[in-house]
Amino acid sequence: MNAQLQPTGSAYFIAKETQASENHTLSVLVDNEPGVLARVIGLFSGRGYNIESLTVSETEHETHLSRITIVTSGTPHVLEQIKHQLERIVPVHRVVDLTVRSRELGQERPLERELALIKVSGTGDARVEALRLADAFRAHVVDANTEHFIFQITGKSSKIDQFIAIMRPLGLIEICRTGVAAMNRGGQGM
Amino acid sequence: MSNGQSERREMTGAEMVVQALIDNGVEHVFGYPGGAVLPIYDEIFQQDQVNHILVRHEQGAGHAAEGYARSTGKAGVMLVTSGPGATNAVTPLQDALMDSIPLVCITGQVPTSLIGSDGFQECDTVGITRPCTKHNWLVKDVNNLAKTLHEAFHIATTGRPGPVVVDIPKDVQFAKGIYVPPQTAPRTSYHPKVQGDLDRIKPAVELMAGAKKPILYTGGGVINSGPEASHLLRELVELTGFPITSTLMGLGSYPASGKNWLGMLGMHGTFEANMAMHDCDVMVCIGARFDDRITGRLDAFSPNSKKIHIDIDPSSINKNVRADIGIIGDCGRVLEDMVRLWRATVKSDKKALHPWWEQIARWRARDSLAYKTNPDVIMPQYAIERLFELTKGKDTYITTEVGQHQMWAAQYFHFDEPNRWMTSGGLGTMGYGLPAALGVQIAHPDALVIDIAGDASVQMTIQEMSAAVQHNAPIKIFILNNQYMGMVRQWQQLLHGNRLSHSYTEAMPDFVKLAEAYGGHGIRCEKPGELDDAIREMISINKPVLFDCHVAALANCFPMIPSGKAHNEMLLPDEATDEAVANAIDAKGRELV
Repeated sequence: MNAQLQPTGSAYFIAKETQASENHTLSVLVDNEPGVLARVIGLFSGRGYNIESLTVSETEHETHLSRITIVTSGTPHVLEQIKHQLERIVPVHRVVDLTVRSRELGQERPLERELALIKVSGTGDARVEALRLADAFRAHVVDANTEHFIFQITGKSSKIDQFIAIMRPLGLIEICRTGVAAMNRGGQGM
Repeated sequence: MSNGQSERREMTGAEMVVQALIDNGVEHVFGYPGGAVLPIYDEIFQQDQVNHILVRHEQGAGHAAEGYARSTGKAGVMLVTSGPGATNAVTPLQDALMDSIPLVCITGQVPTSLIGSDGFQECDTVGITRPCTKHNWLVKDVNNLAKTLHEAFHIATTGRPGPVVVDIPKDVQFAKGIYVPPQTAPRTSYHPKVQGDLDRIKPAVELMAGAKKPILYTGGGVINSGPEASHLLRELVELTGFPITSTLMGLGSYPASGKNWLGMLGMHGTFEANMAMHDCDVMVCIGARFDDRITGRLDAFSPNSKKIHIDIDPSSINKNVRADIGIIGDCGRVLEDMVRLWRATVKSDKKALHPWWEQIARWRARDSLAYKTNPDVIMPQYAIERLFELTKGKDTYITTEVGQHQMWAAQYFHFDEPNRWMTSGGLGTMGYGLPAALGVQIAHPDALVIDIAGDASVQMTIQEMSAAVQHNAPIKIFILNNQYMGMVRQWQQLLHGNRLSHSYTEAMPDFVKLAEAYGGHGIRCEKPGELDDAIREMISINKPVLFDCHVAALANCFPMIPSGKAHNEMLLPDEATDEAVANAIDAKGRELV
């Protein structure tokens, strides 16, 4: 964007990026039809945008609408482009930048939650410690035998990151995360 | 097959395709048959409302459909088979995407039961064409086929136009289902905004009214919006007295013979157009997208101007250049509002623009398109000038390939009407012009259709000469033959120490014999003194002509904004000595080569 240029000695004028990168969470309402996710993902890879997290599921069965939540990073200029480019996709109904919206609502961030299943294996003190910490993190035991637990934990991504870090020395075997689900606080819809 | 608008009734998928074409007003389809589209071809055989134009390669079908679309304003239609038929369509699809051309491509597909089995002539057509279409569909249920085809035409032709693909498995073509006629209710997620916001247009008009050094910069969006938009643009220029320049895609929306015309802008634009863009205080961009060939170095692009940007695609605004006032809407509708508001609210004082016009006159006096004629060798610029003079007053359409000849055509052939100039701008597809000319000629059988070509480009799709002969399309292929890929060579001279790596064509076909072999007419011209008669001969012949015009081999295309430079750092032809060309890119630029 009207930025500093480096003469490249080529047929192209390549601008240097001067703006700082930000993390934003986007909600995208789409027709649930074949290929719609490929269109969204293809747009990100084709135009060189980042995807930090992506979740998708049909949310309104009668009208066949799915809601895609994307956490992406980019400069404010790139983030504006991402929103407009998503809106160009024919089966896309609405795109809301939840991060921008939350600022407009005077809030710090949108409500963002993630679920993870964490398998931990061990015996003795490590096993006891894992269970004690899981309780402190309000993680539930959803499967267990005498040598392993599977914990189910929900919360902010940072909380899950922290839980995983703590479990690592206690016999962490396997992690599965859903990615971020998000909406804005308050009584209004997207 | 019933006549006219059809009713709901049962028919096969293949019948539905032909019925949907008729119901969407299609008269011509460009295509090539193959196993997976045979049922559709069988239906085409049994009716006479839709004419099929057989090409020699699917790429040719696509460019012909693009030429058809651009010269008529209607959707172009191509019909190809699965696998290689579909992959050969990719180049014209991307070409149409970048130049916003309405193109409906129908592809055959292997039967649904074979999809995913690596069947004969199978490819993932919707996967391959997803990034090079506005939208695409794989139709697995014959009862969705009619609705999908109508939607395809709607999406291709409305909003920012573009290419679409409908992929139809062979079993769906055979299956019977219920055909529904086109409906007006489009899908709920697609609703392009055509009417601009008045609360943006009003401040835009105020800004324009106060401008001391304004400029209008228009693009293909004005042409796509329809003839009315070009008419309104002329009215706006007349009312405001503003100077106007256009992109390569926008030529013809404002007449080149008009007094406010500055010529094309950009990398090979005129000195006055680029200087005016650089020094203006208010820039009104109408249906153009600040492409990198237009802006030059972005940090030095028109540094002191307020920018108004009108575009139907919200993603075009603020993409490359920040707009002070962005107006989302169809160019024609917004121009209508602007003209009305200007009439109602602005007391026009054209005298205020006098100093600006005087400055422009000084830039014009540099005569940036001047070149030295030669009594022994045809200069390429001279060839285009003579072609323009000798076709004046005729019903002429021009297509081009891509390269130096394309820029010379844009500089020296002048267009007074929209839809008369078909060139591959965004993608820069060599081989576009010959099949595009075929498409234009099919749409306008009595017009004079000329492809201004280069010797290298034309060989990429020369096989369509055979299609032109078959369909009695008397297209004229005017080849500026310098034996080089001229634009490649020009960049090698500028950037790569004059090492002409593979840009010289050591073996060149005899274009006259080639024309005759195809059943066309060949003309060769090597002397400036013989050029006029040769061009007259070309125009008079009522069959496809290959005109082999031997031009000065080492002529280069000027003026030019060298790489990494701004609009006010143009390289002009009289300054373009060998030394200046060698030094056009500074040391820092060369280090990076």
